[in-house]
Amino acid sequence: MEKADVGRKILSANETYALKNKQLLARHGKRCFNMISSPGSGKTSLLVRTITDIGGSLRIGVIEGDLQTDLDAERIRATHAPAIQINTDGACHLSASQVNRALDQLPVESLDMVIIENVGNLVCPSAFELGEDGKIVVLSVAEGDDKPVKYPGIFAKSKVLLVNKIDLLKGALVDFDLDRVRTDARRLNHSIEIFPVSAKTGEGMQAWYDWLKNQVHPQ
Amino acid sequence: MHEAAVAQSLIEVILQEVEQRHAKPVGATISCGELNKVNDESLSFAFEAVARDTPCEGMTLRIEHKPLQARCKPCGRVFAVDVSNPQCPDCRSEDFELLPDAPLVLDEIEFEGPDDGEG
Ligand SMILES: Nc1nc2c(ncn2[C@@H]2O[C@H](COP(=O)(O)OP(=O)(O)OP(=O)(O)O)[C@@H](O)[C@H]2O)c(=O)[nH]1
Ligand SMILES: [Mg+2]
Ligand SMILES: [Zn+2]
Repeated sequence: MEKADVGRKILSANETYALKNKQLLARHGKRCFNMISSPGSGKTSLLVRTITDIGGSLRIGVIEGDLQTDLDAERIRATHAPAIQINTDGACHLSASQVNRALDQLPVESLDMVIIENVGNLVCPSAFELGEDGKIVVLSVAEGDDKPVKYPGIFAKSKVLLVNKIDLLKGALVDFDLDRVRTDARRLNHSIEIFPVSAKTGEGMQAWYDWLKNQVHPQ
Repeated sequence: MHEAAVAQSLIEVILQEVEQRHAKPVGATISCGELNKVNDESLSFAFEAVARDTPCEGMTLRIEHKPLQARCKPCGRVFAVDVSNPQCPDCRSEDFELLPDAPLVLDEIEFEGPDDGEG
């Protein structure tokens, strides 16, 4: 038996494309965020409301990842923001090469920011860098307040946590301890920004808009 | 699960190495960090499936899990983080800086030696 030391990153092919994407975005001076959550936490709803409310002061383009359909890209396009749909045909995450092709189709020069809505999945997408400046994890209150403890990886890697659907906390429709989520998410990630929001009522959204704008025009 | 994608990438990396050595690969050791961890059983299963009908068929896969590490801010100690209860084992502080999590790496390949012929 002969042993050979290799020491090569297994996902290096993906990383090569992630670096290409990063360089392309940096060349144009654009910011890019990778939005990750379980299915149905409200990623598309948050994006639609954000783009509508912020209007022309922050030009956002969207890359939508789903197993199938271009329903989400159509919802974004209804706001008149450009959106490119990627269908992963069963894959549980977007890869950097798919994002690379989508970036080619987006009018990147005329945007301030690209937001990638990853495939609904709290685990797999966090392992594949896409060339983003940061990850945004979305947790909706109906999913339960134990998620940061159960899925530490994505909460440890994210710049922002959007706790969505806080309208459901009124009238105690769901039991959800926001302070527990804050504490648990910060345990591994002291600097994570946490915004409790409702894409439905707009509550809490202004703080999130301010954070987004600050990424492009730092105060 | 993304173990299928990892298995596919792993095979591609191994095949590139195999091409340079002209020897039959019989085993591989990979490692991963705590925040990028793979499930051993799913990965082994996926690897077996993608290895079929390639020079990697029948290879055994060993997966090493590397702990997440952090540096305690008050006392400076570098420690392995217990993700469910992260704190410095010396001073019990929860004020620490996470060190980069170990990436998914193919560490080593074992090849059949010239004397290990079949049977
Ligand atoms: N009550 C309430 N419902 C919401 C809120 N945001 C989204 N929803 C609802 O949640 C459901 C899923 O919303 P989507 O925006 O499609 O969620 P998504 O994360 O994009 O879903 P996938 O792309 O399929 O993973 C829809 O029925 C939305 O109307 C909210 O703030 N409050
Ligand atoms: Mg969606
Ligand atoms: Zn200490």
